Amino acid sequence: MEKKKLVIGVIGADVHAVGNTILNNAFKQAGFEVINLGVMVSQEEYIQAAIESGADAICVSSLYGHGELDCAGLREKCDEAGLKGILLYVGGNIVVGKQDFNEVEKRFKAMGFDRAYPPGTSAETTIADLKADLGC
Amino acid sequence: MKAVLLIDFGSTYTKVTAVDLDTEEIIGTSQSFTTIETDINDGLNNALKLLREEIGDIEFSEQYACSSAAGGLKMVAIGLVPELTAKAAKMASLGAGAKVMKTYSYQLTEADLEEIDEINPDIALLTGGIDGGNKEVIVYNAEMLAKSKKKFPIVYAGNRNCASTAKEILANAGKECYVCENVMPKLEQPNIEPAQKQIREIFLQEIVKAKGLSDAEELIGDILMPTPSAMLTAMKLLAKGTKKEEGIGDLVGVDLGGATTDIYSMCQGLPSQSGTVLKGLRETYAKRTVEGDIGMRYSIKGIVEATDIDRVCEISGLDEDRALELIDYLSVHTDVVPNGDEELIMLDKALASLAIETAVTRHAGHLEQIFTPMGITYMQLGKDLTQVKKVIVTGGALIRTEKTAEIAEYALYNEMQAMSLKPKKADVLVDRKYILAAMGLLSTNYPETALRIMKKELIKDGNNE
Repeated sequence: MEKKKLVIGVIGADVHAVGNTILNNAFKQAGFEVINLGVMVSQEEYIQAAIESGADAICVSSLYGHGELDCAGLREKCDEAGLKGILLYVGGNIVVGKQDFNEVEKRFKAMGFDRAYPPGTSAETTIADLKADLGC
Repeated sequence: MKAVLLIDFGSTYTKVTAVDLDTEEIIGTSQSFTTIETDINDGLNNALKLLREEIGDIEFSEQYACSSAAGGLKMVAIGLVPELTAKAAKMASLGAGAKVMKTYSYQLTEADLEEIDEINPDIALLTGGIDGGNKEVIVYNAEMLAKSKKKFPIVYAGNRNCASTAKEILANAGKECYVCENVMPKLEQPNIEPAQKQIREIFLQEIVKAKGLSDAEELIGDILMPTPSAMLTAMKLLAKGTKKEEGIGDLVGVDLGGATTDIYSMCQGLPSQSGTVLKGLRETYAKRTVEGDIGMRYSIKGIVEATDIDRVCEISGLDEDRALELIDYLSVHTDVVPNGDEELIMLDKALASLAIETAVTRHAGHLEQIFTPMGITYMQLGKDLTQVKKVIVTGGALIRTEKTAEIAEYALYNEMQAMSLKPKKADVLVDRKYILAAMGLLSTNYPETALRIMKKELIKDGNNE
């Protein structure tokens, strides 16, 4: 069976590269084909990469607290670009300060994300969800 | 003496260059009008006659030719995302010496197809999707091209997983389709050489014949490549050298013509300052761009549109009315050269300066400043040319003026455009005898000789003494 393809990267003006490298390796080891855009990725870059690669999911990371601003409108742009129904995940330190994550998750789901993860989530959790959502 | 003849069938002039392989010297050069409408050999013979008047009746042991006659190598490039495969397809075509008439992205529309038929390119380059990536769009575009009324060959250099499907669609419609490696097998990592090789082969096998250039083949053996490809070969050799003979290192080349301005860069162009993140499509070591709206005569108005009449006036010292009047005149009388006329010399200097500034700025990469919680970070898009130490200039408007060095300054970094990554400090080398394309040809069999001649003939700072 063809490997499922993930586009990953750290969104916005965020330059935190360590988590990105860990996820890149973990996803690859779990059997995914990973297109890693690295740090400081714009919404347009995720979308362009997903179109050219025919990706099954976009996994957005953010550590610097501005994730909510950076992620707004990504789902709408995906729809506009013909990526209707593509899986969107987001994780890291995605909001400012310590907030109730249930509330945060609700907000990101309302923005069109399929899953949102709090700080400290292990890669295994996301991998298990990806496998369930993509049926692989 | 072992003399070799190098011929460039240009769109306007057929240029010949004679080289002595033993002494590694240029024996002579001359030019005459290209005669593609009648017999291309007429123009060549006229040029040879002029050459023989200069150097006597020499026997040539070998002859090589390149051509941009009959419109050059006209191509259309088709990709998926504008910033990704479509850009890689354009890069591949330009690097193969083509004139890219138009670049298309996403699904071709009926109107696009009509336009392509109208352009009637010599080759269409069809790309889209990384390997294993998107298939729908490139297969759809193959179906569209299958409906074309014209007979141009198609080079398929897209997602390898649907190459056979696309080829079958095109073959069933009676189209010639050549499949080669993807121009972008992995995201943002272009792989343009295989497509370029295929383009050159088609150029040699088919286009040379179709354009009436094969008459000349009896006399000269094979036409080896399109002229821009010969230029690119020469610049690459000059920068990189060979195993036996060292090159001069990273360089930027400027070829300022009447209708277009070609810019070449030979360098990796990775970020030179720390704290800079490289973004977007990786560009190739050998990069060529063509500015179709920037040229000294046919595209003279493009220079003013891209910059400002005030700047033309400032550099030339002419007042606005007079400058505009002269520009109007030159755009129609494209064969006028300054010939000692002080006004025209100053105007040409201003226009050439601005043409170079615009074309090099478009070719070079640039920085974008990002304010992050950690401080300022820079994003680099395209190639960083700031560390390049040589600028090679060629083209009539630059090699026939005494103001070459002053004009070439405009290829360099300037603080008014601080984010544009142009060379910071570079020597200007002038191709006074207009030999670069000829040396590209010569290098196919005699790379060291061609390199040593270039090192000798390209004169620093335009200083002729």
